[in-house]
Amino acid sequence: MESGLGLEATELRLGLPGAGGEGEGAKKRGYEETIDLKLQLQTPADVKELEEAADNMVKKTPSVKNVAQCGSIVEPEKPPASKAQVVGWPPVRSFRKSILSFHSDKGGSNMEDGEKSCNSMASFMKVSMDGAPYLRKVDLKMYKSYQELSMALQKMFGSFTNNGNCVSQGMSGKDFINESKVMNLLNRSEYVPTYEDKDGDWMLVGDVPWEMFVNSCKRLRIMKGSDAIGLAPRALEKCKNTS
Amino acid sequence: MARVEEAGDRDENKEEETSWWSPEAVEGGRGGEGPSGGSRGGGGGGGDGDGGRPDTQPQPPPPPPYSDQVLENVLENVLQFLVCRRDRNAASLVCRSWYRSEAQTRRELFVGNCYAVSPARALRRFCGARALVLKGRPRFADFNLFPLGWGARFSPWISAMASASPWLERVCLKRMTVSDADLAFLARSFPSFCDLTLICCDGFGTPGLAVIAELCRNLRVLDLIENDVEDEDEEVVDWISRFPETTTSLESLSFECVNCPVNFSALEALVARSPSLRRLRVNQNVSLGQLRRLMVRAPHLTHLGTGSFRSGIDEDLNATDLEQAFLASKSLICLSGFREVAPEYLLAVLPVCANLVSLNLSYAVITAEQLKPVMLECHNLRTFWVLDTVGDEGLRTVAKACKNLHELRVFPFEATEDSEGSVSDAGLVAISNGCRKLRSILFFCQRMTNAAVVTMSKNCPDLVVFRLCIMGRHRPDHVTGESMDEGFGAIVMNCKKLTRLAVSGLLTDKVFEYIATYGKLVRTLSVAFAGNTDLSLKYVLEGCHRLQKLEIRDSPFGDAGLLSGIHHYYNMRFLWMSSCKLSLNGCKEVAQRMPNLVVEVIGDRPKDLDSDTVEKLYLYRSLEGPRDDAPPFVSIL
Repeated sequence: MESGLGLEATELRLGLPGAGGEGEGAKKRGYEETIDLKLQLQTPADVKELEEAADNMVKKTPSVKNVAQCGSIVEPEKPPASKAQVVGWPPVRSFRKSILSFHSDKGGSNMEDGEKSCNSMASFMKVSMDGAPYLRKVDLKMYKSYQELSMALQKMFGSFTNNGNCVSQGMSGKDFINESKVMNLLNRSEYVPTYEDKDGDWMLVGDVPWEMFVNSCKRLRIMKGSDAIGLAPRALEKCKNTS
Repeated sequence: MARVEEAGDRDENKEEETSWWSPEAVEGGRGGEGPSGGSRGGGGGGGDGDGGRPDTQPQPPPPPPYSDQVLENVLENVLQFLVCRRDRNAASLVCRSWYRSEAQTRRELFVGNCYAVSPARALRRFCGARALVLKGRPRFADFNLFPLGWGARFSPWISAMASASPWLERVCLKRMTVSDADLAFLARSFPSFCDLTLICCDGFGTPGLAVIAELCRNLRVLDLIENDVEDEDEEVVDWISRFPETTTSLESLSFECVNCPVNFSALEALVARSPSLRRLRVNQNVSLGQLRRLMVRAPHLTHLGTGSFRSGIDEDLNATDLEQAFLASKSLICLSGFREVAPEYLLAVLPVCANLVSLNLSYAVITAEQLKPVMLECHNLRTFWVLDTVGDEGLRTVAKACKNLHELRVFPFEATEDSEGSVSDAGLVAISNGCRKLRSILFFCQRMTNAAVVTMSKNCPDLVVFRLCIMGRHRPDHVTGESMDEGFGAIVMNCKKLTRLAVSGLLTDKVFEYIATYGKLVRTLSVAFAGNTDLSLKYVLEGCHRLQKLEIRDSPFGDAGLLSGIHHYYNMRFLWMSSCKLSLNGCKEVAQRMPNLVVEVIGDRPKDLDSDTVEKLYLYRSLEGPRDDAPPFVSIL
């Protein structure tokens, strides 16, 4: 799985079939519908743009009906750079998905060296929000940056905040280096995302590089800004120590 | 009986999926009290054994009233021998007298959808129930398609049970939310309670288990299978130590899904004082050396879940010692676990292979070579679960060795769409050639051909369950480039006993036409990323008369398809449709036209419920109308 694909945060991907080459005939589906990530990351303005792009894609490819009639193999198009992960697909339970990552951890010697890393495995975290009546779970592996995560959380819990933006503001990682800025942010924001890391410490989301966050996060909690003030100094300390 | 499969699945495979009231009774009983024998023409003045049947001759005068009671007593004595719920459902429809007698003698209450009936109503009718078997969420909930907190709570059921009768002995729940408080309440309220099985449930943790262990003095079975057990570090309780110090009546203890380590010396002592223990399945924190010690304590085990199957740090385990332990376990018929298997120890199981009926290696990352010596000894295997790391080569070995195989499940080591995939059509063909008696298959792969599926349909005509998951969405036959319609078509055509089907790969409307035409016994159908138009849904809903459970995701079916099922939804347990093309109006129309159907629109957040497109639809028949515990992200139309 490549990283740094240069994707805009608002990209949708079409579910093109038959990725993987090896001489497979990749047939196209004529769906107007795009198979989007659960996130629906786009803002309204971008949706329009993407729908137009999607329509263009669809026009290029033959409809399935035609394909079925002539029964021949359509010339395969190059598959997209990386396939979007769809929620709940393939349909295996989450504890099965972790076999691969677990196996890598234990350094199982019985597989060949070409074994892939566990980047693609799901990593489900509970997310709670102060005042919200129910928990959600998110799969951190589905996102590539704090930006994406913040937008997803906004979608999930948006109805509970007056100012939907405060969650994403809290996550622009660079801001936390400046302590006074942090204090301002916490005083202004209604809600701030925090997480519990492997050491059991509660930290502000956005401190550490994304990859490190994904690996160390155990669960998320969106707390009231005023409650989170006590976390800021500790977070900065940790940040200074780890950097 | 092989224990590897989920208990719930066993029921499904065995008999028809009718709930304890018949669909006809639902329609007849609309607005009334519910299913009643009377609405079936049971005739007046009970006591009349054949009061339900029309008679061309004039009826003799009815017998005197006191013989009613005699007849009912006789009936009850006879009916108690009826165990199968389908038979009981039929018996209850004969007349009012039979209805009453059957209700009083039914000991196991099975409710396939916990929202189809209220606990109070169910327990009012079946006042003698000693066992509760409940299912909550539908299967797609396992794949993160249901937000947490959707419902299916055990609390209302256990409270109602406490009011109805103190004689509850057994509870078996699948996909429900059970809290620690529920478990405590259960343990405190029912002195005869002895059997708890939880499958794919959530909401509880080790504190709940501790109360069960401590207070259920007659506990015989505690089986925790694939549950999501909470283990917040601060709250982990040493529940194994809470079993009574005296000899226990434990027959079965399964806790593979409990992630936190258990107190091993307490576990060993527990096993030592449980002379009736026959089934023990431990979690992956139990090392191989520890397992050996447990086996020595319990040489009469029939079912063993081996935990990690790897020696612990600083553990110096002699392979011979381990093999001795297996040699001594002459009763073993079912093996599972192998969570972190150290392949060098795998051969220790050889002594028991010939007796094995069920083997679950679906967590064992092993190659075909490592599998071979074990597999070749397993002549009597009926059920086999394995990881695809063994490849087509491993499947060929299975085909060679296991001529009596009934159930095969091949799980993916790397469960993503674009993984390499180690099994393919070649493996499927090999299996079909060797295992002619196959009844159930679940097969994950990346490459498949119609030819292979057709071959399987011809070689294995006894197939009852066929679930093929080609992990790449819309992936066609990798040799011909065509859709997979013909393969699945052959399955429904040739496997005349098929009741459960899951389709995948590139599929058009055609496959659904096949299913509708030939899949007359299909009860459960799973569809993902398939079909072109509403015709697909229409075919299935009009053609599959026995359809009970239909789960669909990401397929282009809209309101027209949805509405074509109106004649059939009362006969079904549920319909799930997500990421299809449904609109709010279409769903509202269904809700309007079918008052005994609960139509839930589920949004990922409350705002979604205002939009016109419906992202997730879950509809099911119910005697109770809209439930009152729906969370804010569920809108009941």
